[in-house]
Amino acid sequence: MSEGITVRRQKRKSSHTKWKLCFFLTLVILLMVIALFSEQLAPYDPYEQNLMEAMQPPSTKHIMGTDQHGRDMFSRVLVGGRTSIFATLALVAVIALFGTVVGTLCGYYGGRLDSLVMRISDVCLAFPGLVFAMAVAALLGGGISNAVLALAVISWPKYSRVARSQTLALKTAPFISAARLSGCGSNQIILRHILPNILGPILVTAMLDIGTMMMELAGLSFLGLGAKPPVAEWGNMMSSGRSMLQMYPWVVLSPGIGIFISVALFNLLGDTVRDYLDPRNSRSR
Amino acid sequence: MEPILQVSGLTKTFHANGKPDFTAVDQVSFLLYPGETVGIVGESGCGKSTLAKLLCRLLDVTEGTIRLCGQDITKARDRELFGAYRNIQMVFQDPLTSFDPRRTLGDGIGESLRNAGVSKTERERRVVELLEQCGLSETFAGRYPHEVSGGQCQRAAIARALAIKPKLLLCDEATSALDVTVQQQIMELLKELREKEKLSYLFICHNLALVQSFCDRVLVMHEGKIVEEGTTDQVIFYPQSDYTKILLDSIL
Ligand SMILES: Nc1ncnc2c1ncn2[C@@H]1O[C@H](COP(=O)(O)OP(=O)(O)OP(=O)(O)O)[C@@H](O)[C@H]1O
Ligand SMILES: [Mg+2]
Repeated sequence: MSEGITVRRQKRKSSHTKWKLCFFLTLVILLMVIALFSEQLAPYDPYEQNLMEAMQPPSTKHIMGTDQHGRDMFSRVLVGGRTSIFATLALVAVIALFGTVVGTLCGYYGGRLDSLVMRISDVCLAFPGLVFAMAVAALLGGGISNAVLALAVISWPKYSRVARSQTLALKTAPFISAARLSGCGSNQIILRHILPNILGPILVTAMLDIGTMMMELAGLSFLGLGAKPPVAEWGNMMSSGRSMLQMYPWVVLSPGIGIFISVALFNLLGDTVRDYLDPRNSRSR
Repeated sequence: MEPILQVSGLTKTFHANGKPDFTAVDQVSFLLYPGETVGIVGESGCGKSTLAKLLCRLLDVTEGTIRLCGQDITKARDRELFGAYRNIQMVFQDPLTSFDPRRTLGDGIGESLRNAGVSKTERERRVVELLEQCGLSETFAGRYPHEVSGGQCQRAAIARALAIKPKLLLCDEATSALDVTVQQQIMELLKELREKEKLSYLFICHNLALVQSFCDRVLVMHEGKIVEEGTTDQVIFYPQSDYTKILLDSIL
């Protein structure tokens, strides 16, 4: 009797998670589509200056107002979103891929390489990330791709840690021994048996990381080390508006809203993906 | 007759950092002839699993030699080792964790054939054949490990071990994780395979009743060493060493 009840509750819980996953996934895809077609969707040219209309407060004509050059903020937020979102996605994809490969190899083979890489990643993790990224970005010079590179250099160890610890845990599992007895070499064991099994935690780390990375990228741009004006990007839009915060708050708030919405969405999606991949859910799935 | 397995002076020492070296398997020597079933008994922690892993080279040997079907596999690597795995296969204690949770049982069973370059259709045919041989219907090929019972999973594990027709099957407490009736069924299956496939077994077990009904010879292990060796009846009814007597007393 009671068993039937728990089974049912579990089923409901998992379908609830599934529903949530679909919901957030749809929203995130919507966000990405908007970002992708931002130029077509923007009501005005985001780079067209019109000093007659500078510093207009939000109105029906300009729903987010205009900046000091009279450019429509809403259009700029839309177009800036494309830079911010896709730069972030590229960054996360690069570090997740690189970190996973390095971490898996370290966990699997161990030895000298492992100690060396882990010391390097200790240094990266112990050092305040943004400070290091600033140094790297300053060294490389401005530009969004250099900002991505700078953040990538210091952020991959997070993934290599996850991949390494997961690989270490799996390496001694009986099914790996069984695969070896079936004639699998190291390559096949890593590709067929280890990577598919550690992809879940990596994916969750990556999803939850998107928000953080977006903030850090915007932070670098805010400091003038990322996208250079006039290129619209949320971080440098906030930066260029910061002196006007008290008089014309919409100039800073509009890109802020963009960052807030996308960071929140990606984090919620990350949480849901984690719930969805939780092994306690997988049985009833 | 030439022995299938010829083990001499086999030793495994674990070097854990911070702790003193620990010799889990100590100067073990024995022979195993074709068609023979040899049992290994001993208390928990005496090194049975370590010995089994050494024999199929899942662990590196510290000292001694292992000859399988006349070939020295003590230091075999890659290709040579894959060749050896055509002769020796292993069934693990916990059936569920011995299958990749993200792959179907059919995938697991067919993996050795896939690595041997057998085509997909031929592989599928063989997997069904193997499943049936081990008392499972072909629908099990598409199931995931968490979707089957322990007994069914162990049958699948035996099917996997048989896929490349080994001569020697190592069973490391293959029935310990199962309940008594299922245990009986698995033993029946192993006996049947012994007749049909002319398999030899190295049967690690701490259930003496099973050993008595299944094995021709028994090795008694204690703290990594073999303290007694003889035919099953000899060892059980006329134990020579003190340790065997204690072991028998504690069970009977
Ligand atoms: N990788 C390892 N490093 C260090 N010590 C180990 C390692 N593997 C096993 N041992 C030790 O070797 C001894 C033998 O272990 P083993 O697993 O072979 O015992 P067993 O006879 O199979 O026991 P059980 O009946 O409980 O399965 C144990 O004391 C164990 O602590
Ligand atoms: Mg054991």
